[in-house]
Amino acid sequence: MFEQFVKNAVFNILNLPAGSRLGESLSFFIYDIAKIFFLIAIIIFAVSFIRSFFPPEKVKKYLNFRFEILGNIAAAGIGVITPFCTCSAIPLFMGFLESGIPLGVTISYLIAAPMVNEVALGLLWVLFGWKIALLYIGTGLLIAIFSGFLIGRLKLEHLVEDFVFQAKNANAQAPELNARQRAAHAFEYTKGIIKKVWIFIFVGIGVGAVIHGYVPIEIVSKVAGKGNPFAVLAAVAIGVPLYSNAAGTVPIIQALIGKGLPVGTALALMMSIVGLSAPEFLILRRVMKTRLLLILVAIVAAGIVTVGYLFNLFL
Amino acid sequence: MKIKILGIGCSNCRKLEQNVAEAVSNKGLEAEIIKVDDFAEIASYGVMSMPGLIIDGEIKASGRIPSAEEIGNWIK
Repeated sequence: MFEQFVKNAVFNILNLPAGSRLGESLSFFIYDIAKIFFLIAIIIFAVSFIRSFFPPEKVKKYLNFRFEILGNIAAAGIGVITPFCTCSAIPLFMGFLESGIPLGVTISYLIAAPMVNEVALGLLWVLFGWKIALLYIGTGLLIAIFSGFLIGRLKLEHLVEDFVFQAKNANAQAPELNARQRAAHAFEYTKGIIKKVWIFIFVGIGVGAVIHGYVPIEIVSKVAGKGNPFAVLAAVAIGVPLYSNAAGTVPIIQALIGKGLPVGTALALMMSIVGLSAPEFLILRRVMKTRLLLILVAIVAAGIVTVGYLFNLFL
Repeated sequence: MKIKILGIGCSNCRKLEQNVAEAVSNKGLEAEIIKVDDFAEIASYGVMSMPGLIIDGEIKASGRIPSAEEIGNWIK
């Protein structure tokens, strides 16, 4: 219905003959973009509204369980709805550890937060459907839970910088917000995110369109298709040092899948671009010794590679 | 009045600084505005999401950017 509206508007305003290809393409493009922005706005708003109920200062009191794996699960779950401003990584890391939350549980949170964010989710949902979006959340959670649990088992607390455990522990909480304030802040946050990422989305769609138009379908399939057993490894190796906004990445991934990139490889590429990033490592290096950081990256990368291969096998 | 802004310089932290400066000048008040970017100190306040805003020792906001208007209501 909205599609028809856009079509009529485009054809009438630009005075195009009915059925013209330019008119069809243009109205499709406008309709698609409008749909994308509208739906992401709703998703981001909903997630940030829900998130206002789970500030880390409050959450940290509830992450100590008798069975550590439960902590990993809870931490990863909360990490999913938490935005990840790289500058929050350290105070968060310190705050959790000082409250007595195990290192592994804290790490589950640290992995889930950047990898599974609402912008990525929103775009995946809109461009690929809810099944793929859910798949992304599910596997992201599994990787976060498992990696954190493993690191917990490896007893690597000695690889955290000493000052973290020496800092004063404080229990603090900002005043509670009422429903109107929550809505107002969710709105402001949504506006801010859209302002920040709209250009990435456009560029991503642009690059995607170029890939769609100019990259022959054979190249992607031949180089990175099911026939190449190293494709997933290569994808993760490329993705780890790269960092891109999730917003810009999803449309490009969509175009590559359209050109024959297997879904598992695409998922692996996306997770390693979005979930592990050089700026984040630089920041984390300030609170963990390099060895711990390397172990962290290695475990998460291994998890992503595994997910990639499994999905190629079964999808 | 002592206002502390906790953060390590990302755009959100700077936006908060702007809002605080605006609120203070709107009210025509004298305030000492301190930027805290040392992790140990930030952690000692128990604030875990940036940016953080502390006014006269009380945590007013963490992990979000209150508007100049909202900040204005907190300063006297």
